[in-house]
Amino acid sequence: MSWAGLDNFPATSLADNLDKKLLVILRDGKKIIGILRSFDQFANVVLEGALERITVGELYCDLPLGLYIIRGENVVLIGELDLGREELPSFMVRVTPTEIKQAQKAEKDATELKGTMRKRMEFLDLE
Amino acid sequence: MLFFSYFKELVGKEVIVELKNDLAISGILHSVDQYLNIKLENTRVVDDTKYPHMLSVKNCFIRGSVVRYVQLPPDGVDVDILHDATRREARGG
Repeated sequence: MSWAGLDNFPATSLADNLDKKLLVILRDGKKIIGILRSFDQFANVVLEGALERITVGELYCDLPLGLYIIRGENVVLIGELDLGREELPSFMVRVTPTEIKQAQKAEKDATELKGTMRKRMEFLDLE
Repeated sequence: MLFFSYFKELVGKEVIVELKNDLAISGILHSVDQYLNIKLENTRVVDDTKYPHMLSVKNCFIRGSVVRYVQLPPDGVDVDILHDATRREARGG
């Protein structure tokens, strides 16, 4: 991201987001929330007071991470969290890390089962 | 550089960006850069019940490498100018 030239054009820069609370979505699906302290042209970012927010259905859990550096190639999206609005819908319930891990496993097993069932049905070739 | 210039013309228009992780976000194009990174304002996730964590995000930066599609308004572009620019680029490149 160059600073030179293009004076009359709003260049894409993360400078406006410095010291702001941001949501970073990664390629592996993780959602990391933290305060942006630094960035570079590859979208590598440094987040302070970072936490990972895991959501499974109506349940959510925040795992504290501390000071985090994220390599830019893993970044999908960096969103500015509007402090005036609710970060999550009010129906969502906060649970402990153990409970969220159980919920994640249950969801993964359900998806795998669905995949297995579908493969079996396709094999039968009912259509 | 052609698509960079093309997106610059679309700044201020409402677009829908579909990402490689299937997330689709609509918003007003605020800015774009040489890597085709996109900054959107007034963002709204297309299927917001599936992505509750995006509820309070109104502005976002999207890394160019994760974009699958950018859906544009039908009157968003002058096709003739685009054709001419493409021909020029093809000749010069």
